[in-house]
Amino acid sequence: MKSLRFIVPLAIFLVLAGFLAVGLNRDPHMVPSPLIGKPAPAFRLPRLDEPSKLVNRDEMLGKAWVLNVWASWCGPCREEHPHIVAFARTKQVPLVGLNYKDARSDALAWLKEFGNPYDVSLSDLDGRVGIDFGVYGVPETFVIDKLGVIRFKQIGPLTPEVLNTKVVPLLKELNG
Amino acid sequence: MAKWWALLLSCALAAAALGKEAAPAADDPVLEARMQRIAVELRCLVCQNQTIADSHAGLADDLRREIREQLQNGATDEQVVQYMTDRYGDFIRYRPPMRASTLALWVGPIALLVGGLLVLVLVLRRRSRLGPEAFEPEPADDDAGPAKEAS
Repeated sequence: MKSLRFIVPLAIFLVLAGFLAVGLNRDPHMVPSPLIGKPAPAFRLPRLDEPSKLVNRDEMLGKAWVLNVWASWCGPCREEHPHIVAFARTKQVPLVGLNYKDARSDALAWLKEFGNPYDVSLSDLDGRVGIDFGVYGVPETFVIDKLGVIRFKQIGPLTPEVLNTKVVPLLKELNG
Repeated sequence: MAKWWALLLSCALAAAALGKEAAPAADDPVLEARMQRIAVELRCLVCQNQTIADSHAGLADDLRREIREQLQNGATDEQVVQYMTDRYGDFIRYRPPMRASTLALWVGPIALLVGGLLVLVLVLRRRSRLGPEAFEPEPADDDAGPAKEAS
């Protein structure tokens, strides 16, 4: 009985310390998206390079694809950009850019300067499609399957590690 | 992580510089009041410790616009909140709904309080039953041994 006096507080302390340790190592900015496993929201947006042409969600059905939300005003997008370019070179899946709340001329200049990895970029001038996708921290990246269901979301810049351990294996599985 | 700090700092600076809620569009005060009431319940995901009503982040602006438009189109308050949770998850709500995954959040503090009180009552009761020999004598001799354990 006497040893219980030490074990009980110690156990409580360890449980608390465990919770706090997990809490410390979690990034509160990584909010799990409720959209995972749900169909991608419908959109109909003009192409960045040819605003007279519209692209809608259903044109993308039938193949897995990657949607990368970017903007010329977004610093971390610059950080991510070389990795996106390298990923695009592997030509695994269509890579669509969602140019989020950006001026068209700025966006085009940005792509010209740093290279354009996207098969197509779409202009979301007022950010409404971004809201539908639950975007809050550009850059964000979505992996969408053949049926148009969102399977993965990355908040913040993609790193080679995330690409190699999560995105590429998932795409292989989706295309397999 | 430096960029999050930068973001946080810019949020703090923006809040300090302006020190008031974002200017409402005053064309319909009733609707605007409803919008504000909903917006104070919603977390701005860019500056996480601000509500959508307080925040000057671009996203908060857009979401206020969205709430306003939905109310104009006849949405109920619940529908607007549901619209936000569908996109951003329960985390956007300052008062998350009670469900299995949030049960600890709602019940935890009360359970801890009740548990603590229970332990306190038990200890006090047991002590009140002990005779005076179970306790340390008055602190006259300071190198007396520890109190005898009752259990």
